[in-house]
Amino acid sequence: MINSGDTAWILMSTALVMLMTAPGLAFFYGGLVRRKNVLATMMQSFFVLCLISIQWILWGYSLSFGPDQGHFIGSLAWFGLKGVGMAPNPDYSSTIPHLLFMAYQMMFAVITPGLITGAFAERMKFSAYVLFTLLWATLVYDPVCHWVWGAGGWLRNMGALDFAGGTVVHVSSGISALVCALVLGRRRGYGRDPMPPHNLPLTILGASLLWFGWFGFNAGSALGSTELAVWAFIATNTAAAAAGLTWMFIEWKATGKPTILGGATGAVAGLVAITPGAGFVSPMSAILIGAIVAFVCYAAVAVIKLKLAYDDSLDAFGVHGVGGTLGALLVGLFAQKLINPAGNNGLLFGNAAQLGVQAIGVAATIVYSVVVTFILLKAVDAIVGLRVPDEEEVVGLDITQHEESAYTLLD
Amino acid sequence: MKLIIAIIQPHKLEDVLHRLDSVEIHLRTVSNVLGCGRQKGRTEIYRGRKEAGSLLKKVRLEIAVNEPFVRPALDAITLGARSGTIGDGKIFILPMEGCVRIRTGEEGEVAIG
Repeated sequence: MINSGDTAWILMSTALVMLMTAPGLAFFYGGLVRRKNVLATMMQSFFVLCLISIQWILWGYSLSFGPDQGHFIGSLAWFGLKGVGMAPNPDYSSTIPHLLFMAYQMMFAVITPGLITGAFAERMKFSAYVLFTLLWATLVYDPVCHWVWGAGGWLRNMGALDFAGGTVVHVSSGISALVCALVLGRRRGYGRDPMPPHNLPLTILGASLLWFGWFGFNAGSALGSTELAVWAFIATNTAAAAAGLTWMFIEWKATGKPTILGGATGAVAGLVAITPGAGFVSPMSAILIGAIVAFVCYAAVAVIKLKLAYDDSLDAFGVHGVGGTLGALLVGLFAQKLINPAGNNGLLFGNAAQLGVQAIGVAATIVYSVVVTFILLKAVDAIVGLRVPDEEEVVGLDITQHEESAYTLLD
Repeated sequence: MKLIIAIIQPHKLEDVLHRLDSVEIHLRTVSNVLGCGRQKGRTEIYRGRKEAGSLLKKVRLEIAVNEPFVRPALDAITLGARSGTIGDGKIFILPMEGCVRIRTGEEGEVAIG
């Protein structure tokens, strides 16, 4: 039975999640790069919105949610949305049109490869980006999505809890981002030349739009206009606020000044970490999750990254990989059946086994993403080359990849 | 005393500054400017229309130096800014009448360094 309230909320949530990729992610990342690369960086977010919207309709949705093949991937039976219509699919949601569930999931498939772009910002060739993104969405995102959310997927069968995509979206993209940063290598002059964010107001606008869109991402994952959506909504806002606050206080203590970029980064880390647990944890637990992730991600981007000297340019791994992994594990501590009877209890509520299940889900996602991403990068490098030539990197990607520039000096 | 004005490619600025540092020339003023030489414009595309901008973004570097530092400064800028292609820029060397350090009121060669 289609419920009009549920349908209205998921339509709205679909649009909210779309907003996260462009303008949210586009502005967030666009402000962080140097002025010569702002358009190329925003282009990567905008382009992925166009590209994966089509990929999803053609084969992505079928591979992710279609009839199960050995618990690993969906079949191509729903290629081109064949058989996906207005009738609800009870495997996924019995109160909204199947087509709407497809559209909602599309926006998740769109943003996930978009997140990776933070790792190879300012140096990847555009043609390589297009090819890599299409392959990654098909060979990494679609299978992992099927494992966790697809009917028959092995992690779903095992009882791994991932409310809105902690492993599917953030662990998969975040760990792949690290592989990208390592395989592409550092930007020219990294560590020697200053590479300050060229427009922090854009970044703050982007981060705030991400926060706004995340209500659709997490509360929408209740797949209905329900009490569960309200729980998820509150947990989402609470974790973001707690992580933003914590991050700013850490900075205040560690460097003497709290920064707005720190606040924004912390809030995003909090949103990442609450994603898998939004529909399973209480508001009090959300505060703890936010505070813990702020400490861990701060260490990852402000200490560990510098020590190891890899150039995860915009901290796609440091925030999404680390925060996503931590968030997925913390579900195993803080989950409560009281919040969501369809979920399970975590370690703190008497079910230690849940933590183990969460760890298996995370480990499998990490291993699979690392291996396949590495192979894809090597293949794309052999076909078109991953990096722009040095002189093009110096001049900037806006001019060399797109023949456009964002800012004029006069006029 | 000379005033050296160099017009260089923006993306060469960091290289030039590093080379100036390495010959102990640390005082400089940098500004964004527009200009063109024989390179003419770089084309950009807006909604399918190619537009050739007549003026290009350049960086203008001003350095006041005492005589012993003129040659090292010129070499540092030339090495740092040269790509060998058209558009690398120019260096102008001007005689300088005087120099005052505002904080102390010192004048002349001692006020430069």
